[in-house]
Amino acid sequence: MEITPESLEKIAHLARLQVAPQDREKLLESLNKTIAWVDKLSEVDTTGIEPLTHMTHEVNRLRKDKIEQTLTHEQALSQAPDHDADYFRVPKVID
Amino acid sequence: MYRSFADIRTALSHGSITVASLVQQYLGVVAQRNGELNAFLETYNEEALQQAYQIDQKIAAGRAGRLAGMVIGLKDVICYQNHRLQAASRILNGFHSQFSATVVERLLAEDAIILGRQNCDEFAMGSSSENSAFGAVRNAADINRVPGGSSGGSAVAVQAHMCTASLGTDTGGSVRQPASFCGLVGVKPTYGRLSRHGLLAYASSFDCIGTLTHTVEDAALLLEVMAGADNFDSTASTQPVTPYSKQVQEQPKCGKVAYIRETIESEGVSSEVKEHILQAVEILQSEGFTVEAVDFPLLEYILPTYYILTTAEASTNLARYDGVRYGYRSPRATDLESLYKLTRSEAFGKEVQRRILLGTFVLSASYYDAYFTKAQRVRRLIMDKTKAILADYDFILSPTSPTTAFRVGELSDNPLQMYLADIFSVQANVAGIPAISIPCGNDTEGMSIGLQIMGNFFEEAKMLAFARFLMEKCAN
Repeated sequence: MEITPESLEKIAHLARLQVAPQDREKLLESLNKTIAWVDKLSEVDTTGIEPLTHMTHEVNRLRKDKIEQTLTHEQALSQAPDHDADYFRVPKVID
Repeated sequence: MYRSFADIRTALSHGSITVASLVQQYLGVVAQRNGELNAFLETYNEEALQQAYQIDQKIAAGRAGRLAGMVIGLKDVICYQNHRLQAASRILNGFHSQFSATVVERLLAEDAIILGRQNCDEFAMGSSSENSAFGAVRNAADINRVPGGSSGGSAVAVQAHMCTASLGTDTGGSVRQPASFCGLVGVKPTYGRLSRHGLLAYASSFDCIGTLTHTVEDAALLLEVMAGADNFDSTASTQPVTPYSKQVQEQPKCGKVAYIRETIESEGVSSEVKEHILQAVEILQSEGFTVEAVDFPLLEYILPTYYILTTAEASTNLARYDGVRYGYRSPRATDLESLYKLTRSEAFGKEVQRRILLGTFVLSASYYDAYFTKAQRVRRLIMDKTKAILADYDFILSPTSPTTAFRVGELSDNPLQMYLADIFSVQANVAGIPAISIPCGNDTEGMSIGLQIMGNFFEEAKMLAFARFLMEKCAN
């Protein structure tokens, strides 16, 4: 599998990153080297092996669904780069 | 300077020091050496001294906690309420923790003092502590060498006697490998033994908080205080915590120890590292242990499995850093999409962006099964084979890392080569088992060599007692 300049653009968009034109070539080379290296896993026979999806040994740790205030509205907004009295502010989304 | 907490307790009980004078001593070393070593990003001088005065009063009144006199540094990924936290990344510029990690709460409840936050690889991604927005950390044994990573600042702070102990995090060896490079004891507990509440997530199914100390006894005490179930982390284990600090003193039974043949015989392992590990093997044999080589044909697949899964998890975990609610926001943004993209591209470092891109790739619809699911299947195989060895043997020995500390800048342009520094440590994270690195001598250039011991799930007590025993024997 190889990442092309086009697929790099697509992946970068999905990750909400922007690759600077001067970094593109070096980055592609390094990503493709890494992918060629992890491609090694295709040598391993995993027929009939279930994917391991959870590492915890705990099963269904349940608790009461009760409301608690762990952070006040004010605290939640206090570190925002931009906010008003009630909300986080971002540049206009809809024209 | 005090090597162990036991030494500090003795000095406190003799009245030759106070907790306040101890904190002053540590701060003195920070003032003297942190400029060149770059281990601490920040220390809380006034606050730590105030806490120290209060703890001195508690000691006088006979109601001090078990960690009175323990001065601790936190890797810059562990929350401490009302203190700055930024994962050595520009993306969290100005961020303050609004609560403390569960492990920090438990340390404070026993009167430990938090001295400051420590430099590391950005978001714990790296093996040399060079990928930091604040510049590289230097090894105190030779400032032209790296301290290992990603918990490099935490290791150097203990190595250089700036604090008694540090908390680091270990996702693929990030506590054990710097412990190995800095001549310390580094413990990565069983996955879920310590709560991850208040830890900035890198790869959630791998991340473990761990300890960096001069002695195994100090690690045992810290783990005993911090371990246990937590309502804020449902993956934290409800298995009872045993008194590790007592159990660490027990004489280990002369059981069976395995070493994975390739971890000693492979060409990538430096000859001096090999020699010291084989000496430890001989010591164990002379003490009556059975030590045998075993084969682990999956060894070469462990790192690729690790990188697929951790980059995938990182790409989702780091999606939250978007410039909206906290931290850095690009001043050049014109609409919401450019706000996300510019913020993230300007503030994340190169290696973090590389890993996010890789993770996004392996999770993308067309490649999900070929990479992500495949790696999850191989992960199960690796875990099962590791379990099978631990069904026959009490421990698995190996070098912690194939070499001693390399030079600053030596591997910075070669990520794949850098990844190999973790080749022996990642197995414990892939399988979820506990592991410890202990010092077992120096190479001819005076750089320390680490020996790794992997144990079975939740057998921390047994592993710590064995490690203490072996470390004493290696030192003689």
